[in-house]
Amino acid sequence: MTGKRRKGGVLSDLMIPLIAIGILILFNLIRDPGFFSISLSTNNSGNAVLTGNLISIIDSASELAIIAMGMTLVTAATGGQDISVGAVGAITGSVFVQVLKGSGDITAGTVVLGFLACCLVTVLFTSFNGVLVAFFRIQPMIATLILFSCGRSIAYWITGSATPQLESPIIKAMGMTIPGIPVPTPIFMVILVGLLLLLFFKTSNIRLYTESVGINQGASRLNGINPTLIKLLSFIVLGVCVAVAGVISTCRLGQVSHKTLLIDIEMDAILAVAIGGNSLGGGRFRLSGSILGAYIIQMLTTTLYAMSVAPANVKAYKAIVIILIVVAGSPVIKTALSSFWHRLKNNRAGAVSREVN
Amino acid sequence: MQDGIVLTMRGIYKSFPGVRALQNVDFTLRKGEIHALMGENGAGKSTLIKVLTGVYEKDAGEIRVEGQDGPADIRSPQDAQNIGISTVYQEITLCPNLSVAENMFIGRDKGVGVRWKDMEKKAGDLLKSLGIPARPKQQLSSCSIAVQQMVAIARAVDADCKVLILDEPTSSLDDKEVEMLFGLMRDLKSRGVGIIFVTHFLEQVYAVSDRITVLRNGELVGEFEVQSLPQVELVSAMMGHALAELSDLDKQGSSDALSGEAFYEASGLSSAEARPFDFRIAKGEVNGFTGLLGSGRSESVRAIFAADHVTGGHVKVNGKPVNISKPVQAMKAGIGYLPEDRKRDGIIADLSVRENIILALQVMKGFFHPLSRKEEEAFADEYIKTLEIKTASQETPIKSLSGGNQQKVILARWLLTHPQYLILDEPTRGIDVGTKTEIQRLVLKLAEEGMSVTFISSEIEEMLRTCSRLIVMRDRKIVGELTGDQLNQDTVMKTIAGGEQA
Repeated sequence: MTGKRRKGGVLSDLMIPLIAIGILILFNLIRDPGFFSISLSTNNSGNAVLTGNLISIIDSASELAIIAMGMTLVTAATGGQDISVGAVGAITGSVFVQVLKGSGDITAGTVVLGFLACCLVTVLFTSFNGVLVAFFRIQPMIATLILFSCGRSIAYWITGSATPQLESPIIKAMGMTIPGIPVPTPIFMVILVGLLLLLFFKTSNIRLYTESVGINQGASRLNGINPTLIKLLSFIVLGVCVAVAGVISTCRLGQVSHKTLLIDIEMDAILAVAIGGNSLGGGRFRLSGSILGAYIIQMLTTTLYAMSVAPANVKAYKAIVIILIVVAGSPVIKTALSSFWHRLKNNRAGAVSREVN
Repeated sequence: MQDGIVLTMRGIYKSFPGVRALQNVDFTLRKGEIHALMGENGAGKSTLIKVLTGVYEKDAGEIRVEGQDGPADIRSPQDAQNIGISTVYQEITLCPNLSVAENMFIGRDKGVGVRWKDMEKKAGDLLKSLGIPARPKQQLSSCSIAVQQMVAIARAVDADCKVLILDEPTSSLDDKEVEMLFGLMRDLKSRGVGIIFVTHFLEQVYAVSDRITVLRNGELVGEFEVQSLPQVELVSAMMGHALAELSDLDKQGSSDALSGEAFYEASGLSSAEARPFDFRIAKGEVNGFTGLLGSGRSESVRAIFAADHVTGGHVKVNGKPVNISKPVQAMKAGIGYLPEDRKRDGIIADLSVRENIILALQVMKGFFHPLSRKEEEAFADEYIKTLEIKTASQETPIKSLSGGNQQKVILARWLLTHPQYLILDEPTRGIDVGTKTEIQRLVLKLAEEGMSVTFISSEIEEMLRTCSRLIVMRDRKIVGELTGDQLNQDTVMKTIAGGEQA
């Protein structure tokens, strides 16, 4: 990444998601001034932990935020989305459990080993998507439909049982909190993944290449970029993100259910990318937008539950709010807003100059 | 409204953030006249047309159209169409997989049902009366580009058309097709249609127009009768300064280089698109490929840069054999390539001017060696100044620049890599006269500094002015090589046309 881009562009690009999150916060504060209060309490393993809606929102959105980052890159490079991330995440979980079970005791060493195995396997699976998309030029939606359909079966074959359990303080520490640290571990994982990506962006040209390929593949090739490799790379990055998210989710639950692990997360991830102001057609992108998008989605869910909306109705209410956000961020509304803004500014400038005269 | 006048635009103003695109521009179109609208890139031609057709909303001014009481309020292209203003754009905007008749009438009928028989008959009559060589039932894609262009015009004038705007209609046509189009324009003129003709080709303006309105930097320079404005004066009106030096570029240095040491040599080079050919360029030489469209001139230079899949041949750079099968290898060997189709192969539309300038250099530096933001800004700044690129800022997306300035950005991109050999395929197409001369001058200056340049242009005159050696192609084969005294319009034409006509 090359530092800040268009001056003042950050704010205007992130305007819609920032406004959305602002309204959600305001709404919750009016509804219940104590909504965001945080307290220190003791959980059932006897550790002091921070609790409260805000912590729970940021904690629960971790897997989504991490996958949304990878999805942003794939979207930017290919102009399409990977709809198999949920199913591949289930495979990750299965691999993690199998490695831990196979190595006997759960120790820090075996967990690291398991995680590395997860990264390898997950990246292999997303690279399979990547090869179909980048090399065979299959529409991303179709290419990833394959693993979307069969990924959870593969997860089941790997574990060989419906819901293998993982019992260990290390697993709890990874999925919930580390004794002595009151903040949930997944939140640190989001920060870690974010920082690693930032480092990757700072030390390489991935942003320039990805955007360039996403906007004009032919011209990028004539400038010496290899579009196939860049697209594949985006799927590899996504693979690492899915591996981290899969492991977090498995640890959080202490078990792997091939049917429900990270279920439907692909749709939320795509939505997070879109809410973050990124074009689903590829090209320019903003990771920070997608991360914001993930938290918006989670805050929305938490808010609805806090309002004791029946679980069966939550999705409908969520849809209504999302329609509003997506329409507000649409090119039509954006253009109208910016021309309105210009007129306002011009009028004010005109009024000032008249006063001066 | 005065008799015989179909359109007046008075005191038109339009600005975009940071740019005043039109300032107090007047324009008058009379019945049955062909009125050329001229100006350099960024002079405001397109903006004026877009204001007239309702694509942009004007900031101030008044438009009156014959048959309308009071000023016309045009807010969309549909509004413009309804009061008799039709536009045919440079790129053909018809549906290639529909028939000619369908293309002429689709979206025109009010109801749901279409009476195909009637439609075909009407289309047939119209085609015949306009002398367009197409059958109503023919699929549009089976017509030549020129005929497709004419069908687009037929579609435009079918409606009750008072004003017809032709935006660069000839840029993809060959000479014969241009003549056909001019025939159609003259025919429409005799029927009382007022035609606004936007083009970069000076000769065409003089061949067909009655009047010329010149814009410069968003302001009106004046309206002239064609007879009273010789070509040289037109050019200087467009550029704002006399252009005496246009013809006396000095290409002495380049011709001296001809016999020098070779920078690049290829034998039997072929690609998916180009047949095997031999080619050599010396250090500091400017040469050119010429030939009709489709003769293989672009395909040959693309093979040199490995823009198409290279299938064979031996290449030497600086006397050493090298393998160039990917663009990045060509770049590393010191070759730069400015592609023919700027929009498709050149610009990365949504990226900023800065990012577009540093792209090739960045790729050459490698994936893990990003330039610092400061370096990027310094480079961008330097080239925006040297090439006088007109842009609101470095961060402006390149797509919002005018064609000529986009081309300069791509040129900057390659100059920044400091290539030893630069291939320029139609660098001046669709570009105003001023920028054209600038680019030609730049080419000669670079050659003087030792750079080898291959230059391709459809305008032979331009090639003669810059190249000291011309490679003539016909039917995808090299048919001649001209140097020295042979470099004149006559010989080149004869060589292009072939021996039997010599």
